[in-house]
Amino acid sequence: MSFRILGTGSALPVTTVSNEDLTKFLDTSDEWIRTRTGITERRVMNDGESLLTLATSACKNALEMANTSPEEIELIVCTTLAGDYTSPALYCLIAKALGLSDRVITMDTNMGCCGFEYGLQIAHTYFASGMITKKAIVVSAEGLSRHADWSDRATCCLFGDASGAVVLEAAPDRKVDFDWTVSGNADILNITRHADNSPWNTYDGKGVLHMNGQEVFKFAVSSISARIGAVLEKNGLAPDDIAKFFLHQANIRIINSAIHKMGVAPEKFPHNIERLGNTSSATIPVLLDETVRAGGVQRGDKIILCAFGAGLASIACLLEF
Amino acid sequence: MKEKLIAIIAEYLGKDASEIEADATFEDLGLDSLDIAELVMQIEDELGVTIELNAELNNIDKLVEYIENQG
Ligand SMILES: CC(C)(COP(=O)(O)OP(=O)(O)OC[C@H]1O[C@@H](n2cnc3c(N)ncnc32)[C@H](O)[C@@H]1OP(=O)(O)O)[C@@H](O)C(=O)NCCC(=O)NCCS
Repeated sequence: MSFRILGTGSALPVTTVSNEDLTKFLDTSDEWIRTRTGITERRVMNDGESLLTLATSACKNALEMANTSPEEIELIVCTTLAGDYTSPALYCLIAKALGLSDRVITMDTNMGCCGFEYGLQIAHTYFASGMITKKAIVVSAEGLSRHADWSDRATCCLFGDASGAVVLEAAPDRKVDFDWTVSGNADILNITRHADNSPWNTYDGKGVLHMNGQEVFKFAVSSISARIGAVLEKNGLAPDDIAKFFLHQANIRIINSAIHKMGVAPEKFPHNIERLGNTSSATIPVLLDETVRAGGVQRGDKIILCAFGAGLASIACLLEF
Repeated sequence: MKEKLIAIIAEYLGKDASEIEADATFEDLGLDSLDIAELVMQIEDELGVTIELNAELNNIDKLVEYIENQG
């Protein structure tokens, strides 16, 4: 058994931070950020918001579009770099807030910016094995504002917070396929852990994001065309067969470079990086939701989702909408 | 080699090869650090070479010399 996307949903924090706002405490400019990244503003959580509140709204929106009640959900995969608590995992809290069955299969996964596609891969496996036979949720909820180093102008301007979700339904004969790579590289892109509590350990680091931008840029540009090329080839498809390509929203320059390298019409690459920045694994489900609600994807369309990020990891997912 | 690099950079900038000065800095050609990263990847692919970027390597002439010295 395969699956199809029955509903999409997203939720954004209310607070908008413009590039101009950043110039109040960083030596930067709107011009630099816009020309190097395409970003003009991003959303950040305030005191009253949490990953739980965002993820719950995103799931409710997706359930509503899917005309699905919470009791029908058999599996929920939650992707996040770090939930509101180290423990319990975010999925427990979301499951309770949505009123899911206490027999629902649940997990949090942390695959960085590739999380949503790896989440779909997990759901795919459950449908294929027959462990679940009806419906599942994959929800990505990310609070990069909690991890960014707000004193480092070269990284903090890139990130924002958001949540996006999909409701999946078992569907025979729907094409779903993946191509992915992982490598154990923590040098180029990482978020360190906070100082430990242990009296036997002197580590006193700060939990912030570090990145070698140039190296990530090169990894991203080469991964996108390689993953998309591989998933197309495995399925005997050409770029012309694909209605839309949803790329991880990390930098408009990465997206433009991939478009140039692949020689595909730019209209096939929706983007919202301008308004939201990089929200890690949430970028693609949020973009998908916005595009679906604007009528930009039709039933039966073949689409490709493609992400890259910490790990370093990259993944492309081919779906029939 | 030089013609090839000029052709790649001209195509990237959407300009004619005759408009590209090999001794002008990349910055003067209107290329920022991300453009250069992209071009280096393309040159590595097309010419089968490996380029370690550094601040000294800032124009086409120097890049040609660097690649030729690699043998
Ligand atoms: C982060 C990124 C925009 C930086 O662009 P870059 O061209 O690589 O920039 P560099 O780090 O080489 O810096 C170039 C110059 O701009 C400066 N600079 C960096 N950030 C700046 C900012 N916000 N405002 C003004 N100047 C800035 C640097 O200090 C440097 O100055 P110098 O040449 O005087 O030393 C780019 O590397 C990128 O987007 N990489 C991919 C990152 C990514 O996608 N990460 C997430 C993956 S999931």
